[in-house]
Amino acid sequence: MNLALIALLPFLGAVLPPLLIRSGRNVCALATGAVTALALALLLVQAPAVFRGEVVRASFPWLPQAGLEASFFLDGFGFFFAFLILAIGLLIVTYARFYLSREDPMGRFYAFLLLFQGAMVGIVLSDNVLLLVIFWELTSLSSFLLIGYWRHLPEGRQGARMALVVTGAGGLALLAGLLLLAQVAGSYELTTILTRAEAVKGSELYLPILLLVLAGAFTKSAQFPFHFWLPHAMAAPTPVSAYLHSATMVKAGLFLMGRLWPVLSGTEAWFLIVAGTGLLTMLIAAWIAIFKDDLKALLAFSTVSHLGLVTMLLGLGTGTAALAAVFHVLNHASFKAALFMTAGIVDHEAHTRDARRLGGLLHLMPITGTLAILASLSMAGIPPLNGFLSKELMLEEALHTEWGGTGRLFPILAVLAATCSVAYSFRYVTHVFLGPVRDDYPHRPHDPPAGMWLPVALLVAAVVLIGILAEPVAGPLVRLAAEAVTAGAAPEATLKLWHGVTPALVASGVALFAGLVLLAAFGPIVRLREALWRPEAKRMFEATVEAVATGARAVSEAIHDERLQRMVAWTLAAILAVGLVTGWGGIGTGERPGLPVAPLGLLLWAGAIAAALAVALFHHQRLLALIVTSVVGLIVSLTFVWFSAPDLALTQLSVEIVTTVLLLLALNYLPRESPRESTPARRGRDVAIAAVAGLGVTGLLWAILTSDFAIPTISTYHLAESKPGGGGTNVVNVILVDFRGYDTLGEIIVLGIAALAIFAVLDSTFRGTAVQRLRTWSHEPEAADRHPMMLVVATRIMLPLALMVGIYIFFRGHNQPGGGFIAGLVVGVALIVQYMASGWAWARARTRIDYHALIGFGVFVATATGVGSWLFDRPFLTSNYGYFHVPLLGEVELATAMLFDLGVFSTVVGVVMLVLANMARVAARAEPQTGVPTAMDSVPEPRLADERITTTAPVPVPERTRQEA
Amino acid sequence: MEFLVASAVGVLTAVGVYLCLRGRTFPVVLGLSFLSYAVNVFLFATGRLVVGRPPIIDPAAPGYTDPLPQALVLTAIVISFGMTALVVVLALRAFLEAGSDHVDGREPGAEGRR
Repeated sequence: MNLALIALLPFLGAVLPPLLIRSGRNVCALATGAVTALALALLLVQAPAVFRGEVVRASFPWLPQAGLEASFFLDGFGFFFAFLILAIGLLIVTYARFYLSREDPMGRFYAFLLLFQGAMVGIVLSDNVLLLVIFWELTSLSSFLLIGYWRHLPEGRQGARMALVVTGAGGLALLAGLLLLAQVAGSYELTTILTRAEAVKGSELYLPILLLVLAGAFTKSAQFPFHFWLPHAMAAPTPVSAYLHSATMVKAGLFLMGRLWPVLSGTEAWFLIVAGTGLLTMLIAAWIAIFKDDLKALLAFSTVSHLGLVTMLLGLGTGTAALAAVFHVLNHASFKAALFMTAGIVDHEAHTRDARRLGGLLHLMPITGTLAILASLSMAGIPPLNGFLSKELMLEEALHTEWGGTGRLFPILAVLAATCSVAYSFRYVTHVFLGPVRDDYPHRPHDPPAGMWLPVALLVAAVVLIGILAEPVAGPLVRLAAEAVTAGAAPEATLKLWHGVTPALVASGVALFAGLVLLAAFGPIVRLREALWRPEAKRMFEATVEAVATGARAVSEAIHDERLQRMVAWTLAAILAVGLVTGWGGIGTGERPGLPVAPLGLLLWAGAIAAALAVALFHHQRLLALIVTSVVGLIVSLTFVWFSAPDLALTQLSVEIVTTVLLLLALNYLPRESPRESTPARRGRDVAIAAVAGLGVTGLLWAILTSDFAIPTISTYHLAESKPGGGGTNVVNVILVDFRGYDTLGEIIVLGIAALAIFAVLDSTFRGTAVQRLRTWSHEPEAADRHPMMLVVATRIMLPLALMVGIYIFFRGHNQPGGGFIAGLVVGVALIVQYMASGWAWARARTRIDYHALIGFGVFVATATGVGSWLFDRPFLTSNYGYFHVPLLGEVELATAMLFDLGVFSTVVGVVMLVLANMARVAARAEPQTGVPTAMDSVPEPRLADERITTTAPVPVPERTRQEA
Repeated sequence: MEFLVASAVGVLTAVGVYLCLRGRTFPVVLGLSFLSYAVNVFLFATGRLVVGRPPIIDPAAPGYTDPLPQALVLTAIVISFGMTALVVVLALRAFLEAGSDHVDGREPGAEGRR
């Protein structure tokens, strides 16, 4: 539990800074520091067990089906990294309090920082590889947020985006690699995977796994050729650069390579790729670092170079090299974080970090200057500082390494890289802190408050102490971590300053001398370099991104070009192509005996075909097309009757009525005819697509209908259980309200949402352009009498009868054809006829039902019925039923499913009425005579204040021709 | 009968697809209605064609047709009403706003292409 808490604590704590910033910046910083300190304390509690060589574990099931467990483990290596992350985090929190200015939103900064901290600790403590990837991506995201912290700076936004693209893409590759690795190793748990080295190295998937994992590690740790994002990430505030982009996050790639060292290292491919990339990165980045005038850019490239150094050591694959790698991670984190903070102090105090405008700062800010010089000397590898120790170990390893038959090239390049490292380290010292005091600084610098230099001082103290007293101070920790990396193969080496005059010491001396010579010749070399061509990583990156975006746009514009017809044609053609390719072989005639053709069936068939073709041919005349379409709907309804589906027939019939009424209302305000504008070529194309679709569907359905069920149908269960389990004999209704009640609940919710959307679209018609068009809408009346007396009288007499029928259908629905859906539609039709016959205003004035509330009530009742089962400790929507004796009615069966069906009923009535009543309201809006009572109404129409209906005749406008539209 | 149903669904599909490819909103709405008919009958028919055996439990019944596709299609019919209603209302509103009932929201050849 404690383990998970270490990783979760920063996430939980991330809510504190934004809340506490109102209490002041000190409180905010203190809270952040307290969270970090608590996590660190929890980690240190585990220290005794870890140093005894135990592996502490904690695991919680999360998505076991997907192999995802929230499982954590803590061994020496994880402890080493977690300690670095939390300890340096504490220093960074202190430093940032004084670094950020009053205008910077500090709450947000600390929240992001804590998010990052939690994610980073999560990476190093994860046991499950999927969990590791999740934390891995979270560090990319929090890094994105922190680089872009100063949102107003374009460099910040660009740098953030570049970092996200590169590390995010690497994270995807890593996910693929780890999935393959887990498959080969047979487990998602790292602790298990690490014991399966033979299986992994012997697998034919080894190379893909290696390449994918390394793609993740190299992008994260900025290895060549993915190194370019790190310098651009320096647009972040300096505490972020010191923490994420030097001490911790960029080391996640190194951590991963160290973590998987036992299963992946030791092969030829590992050595060639990892050691080669590391060496190349170390050399190239060190060379570039010399010439960077921006102090943070200099340090950024130096960071890339040192990451390359550790990568190279891990690539060598020997126990000693792994020990050196771990040791250098520690040393680099201490001196580089200190250096970044000094660069931040210089920037903060002198208002510039351009080396060309600085110099002589040691006299003005002696504390900062001394600390910066000590850290720089460690970076250059000068004894007795800690950088010297790990660099000696590195050179020792490099000197007897031969890379792929290149002779002495490998050691020579390593020494060259060390030379460049000396040169840029001394440049940081001499060009910034030494030399005469100048009088043209943008701002006269002096030492900052102690809160800013104290964290630096602590780190520099570590640099010196580890250098002088390496074995007592750092020895146990480094060996512990190295043993975890190498799975116990690390040598029992002691860390010490003086090894005697070794080849490595000689090489170090050569590098120091050559580096100083290089710096002495700085001016001429800069001019020489300026004259040569250099690749511009940022421009290349942006050109690549731009090219990808242009390509994607070209493809989507070709298909998706604002012309719906073309888009639909493309989509349909694509669907048909896929369907034909995949379904071609499946179409044929099966064994199932067919039904004989009945004469009436043939007649219906001919009617449907004729009607459908008529609609296709005469669709320009919209009213005709609509009426013929409803004929097709009726034939569909009869088809359902024929083939034993009375419920469907009833539903289809009532939906057909409602839909036709709705379309008629809509057609009132649309042009009555479609213009003939399609070219013969387009019609030909459309007929071809339609014909292929129709033939395909026919073939498919024919194949289905002539074959028997391939596997036994689950309906056997429904038929058998309908009466004993669901308490109803109408199986279709029992399925709807009981067996698959959850589906039905979803469906009535969707229906309710659709109705609300329709209401929203129609309600706002009464504003803006639309209402202008409605007002000026005029067309000749379709009939002399808008509300024919016969119709009005007939519908009013019919209403109670129709409502009775609806209620009857509802109640019998559980046992006979009917139910909530059908009853709702029937009642809806009964009510809507009133609107049609007597007009919107008349009907509206007499309806007291709020249709929105009715929909809400329906969904609520249905959901509450489902929730009710919880009270009896049954799963959601378990139904129950019983028989009750009701006076007059006799024995009545009441099921909770009935209550659910009531919800369905209410929703359907509400939806139908909300849609049609609002459509009718639009119609009322355009009727100049609205409000004039019909002949048989003796009561005057109520005034509709909220509608502001004009009773005066609209301004006459020229009648619009229909083809004008 | 199987061939009649299969071919009729094919014709309904073809007419639906053809109408969906028209340039004005109203035929497209009708086309969607046709596609709804076709899809609903198609899904219903996957329970195979059975005459005179409705899924109403009755001791005297000789057997029952498959009730599950019926239940699924019943809700599908109601949902397709919701969909048709939404589309036609959008079409109406678009016409009232833009003054054109072309599916692209403007008359072909009119100004305003981006």
